[in-house]
Amino acid sequence: MIPRPADRPWLHRFALLTALATFVLIGIGGLVTSKEAGMAVPDWPTSYGYNMFLLPISKWVGGIFFEHVHRLAASVVGMLTVALAVMIWRTDDRRWMRWLGAAAVLGVVLQGVLGGLRVVLLKDQIGIFHAALAQMFLVTVCAIALFTSKFWRALPAAGTAASDDAGVRRILLFCTVLIFGQLLLGATMRHQHAGLAIPDFPLAYHKVWPPTDAASLATYNQNRLGVVEYKPITAFQIVLQMIHRLMALVILTAVAFCAWSCRRRLGGRHFLAKLSLAWLGLILTQALLGAITIWSNKAADIATAHVVVGALSLVTGSLLTILSARVSIPVRAAALAKTGARSEPFVTVGPVVSSAK
Amino acid sequence: MVPVLAAGLQVASAGDITGTITLNGTPPPEQPNAQIAENADCGKMHTEPVTTHFYVVGANKGLADVVVTLKGGTAKSTGESAPPLVLDQKGCEYIPYIAAVQTNQKIVAKNSDPVMHNVHPTPTADGNKEQNKAQMPGGADVSFSFPTAEKFLRFKCDVHGWMYAYVTVVDSPYFAVSGKDGSFKIANVPPGKYTLEAQHRKASGGKPVTKEIEVKDSGAVVDVTLDAPAPK
Repeated sequence: MIPRPADRPWLHRFALLTALATFVLIGIGGLVTSKEAGMAVPDWPTSYGYNMFLLPISKWVGGIFFEHVHRLAASVVGMLTVALAVMIWRTDDRRWMRWLGAAAVLGVVLQGVLGGLRVVLLKDQIGIFHAALAQMFLVTVCAIALFTSKFWRALPAAGTAASDDAGVRRILLFCTVLIFGQLLLGATMRHQHAGLAIPDFPLAYHKVWPPTDAASLATYNQNRLGVVEYKPITAFQIVLQMIHRLMALVILTAVAFCAWSCRRRLGGRHFLAKLSLAWLGLILTQALLGAITIWSNKAADIATAHVVVGALSLVTGSLLTILSARVSIPVRAAALAKTGARSEPFVTVGPVVSSAK
Repeated sequence: MVPVLAAGLQVASAGDITGTITLNGTPPPEQPNAQIAENADCGKMHTEPVTTHFYVVGANKGLADVVVTLKGGTAKSTGESAPPLVLDQKGCEYIPYIAAVQTNQKIVAKNSDPVMHNVHPTPTADGNKEQNKAQMPGGADVSFSFPTAEKFLRFKCDVHGWMYAYVTVVDSPYFAVSGKDGSFKIANVPPGKYTLEAQHRKASGGKPVTKEIEVKDSGAVVDVTLDAPAPK
């Protein structure tokens, strides 16, 4: 029998706390870009010349509030991550888990430095990497929370049966990678600081595909008369948003197919089927939030919710992909008949509660 | 929208180019600035509602904030010896909203407000450096200069997300920004043939409207008309 890691509920709870704090941090980060406040504190690691932790509250005004709170929250996440890694190193006998904790520390340090460099080097491009690494770090700490859970320990080892179907796993992974790509597109759009490149939806400048010639761009920019004066929009930004829209459609279709596949192969009561259905719900919510972001002229709260649900969608897909590796997925009878393999009885596989320590 | 250039080209006082910029059409309504009203510090600095000021149109449809420059001639920038442009932060707004300087001319940002600001120019031309400087209430002035010509170089304050100024950097001493009545004057221009360029951030699609002119010993008068966007 494969030995199972010991039950350490406090480690799991601490990992959950770290994941939750990271999730909140990403939300605050989204608010910083939604409010165009990323450069409101021009110095780093100091804040207006003060030690970051000693900036008087009276100076937390306007955009400074959002940027400063983001820095403080990042510090909290950094400290939580270091503590989590130490706890894992001291109490978890799985070597790969120890290195995963160390990777999380490396990630959070790199993330902090990237955030600081974005401020002092005044480079929008660094902001895109900062946003991408944030998502990867969130997935890492959520995976740690999963791996330290009782639920994970209760799962059987990965199925090695001849009738195991890796197709569902592949499409779960494919959808997750698509979502990550979509988040990169979104981060690129946000860090252009050009506001809404296309102000209407579902059409784009009243057309299926908007013209991007110089005269059209001049007209679009001429008609931008908001209080927040973003940079002028370019053809690249318009095309980027169109790709983001099309990608959303592809993801919606692919995740719906995932949910259908999981249900078909594993039955509606299997936790993977339920989770993939919830994933589809998230993607639908995310698509709706994307539309409302445009209809609300990029209201900060809506745009931030779009970032948060995007992160949640990526985490869900990542955890689904990881979990699917621990589940035997039966091949359809028709496929079995074609290959001549012996069919195994259809079993709804779920967590197996074991007393083994 | 084809910009309409007024036909008038008359002789005026020696060496000066004078004229009026007129807006053809009705400008779109300005947007109320709810953000400034909701800000505890900045809102109380205003007794009247604050709006955007994309189109400042005076009597007889004179259009302010149009940058008028000359192409042609051999004159080079004298920016290093020119007096600085003062960009004030007052009532949580940049004053002036639209300005012009020569290359390497000093731009001095001052903070007349009792609140913190950051002064953040975001140039796009090669050689002009993006900077971001904090400015406390009553703090020392901060200076900038830019070596490369650039139209409407944006200054912003990230503490107050509605604060913007646009400074055009010109590689020549001959330029002007139209006043509230749309009038402008470029003084002491050597006689010769030039291309006059008038550009507003929004009118006529934000594109420059040009006119070939000849400046004589007695100067020239050039009137230019820019177009408001077509009604939606």
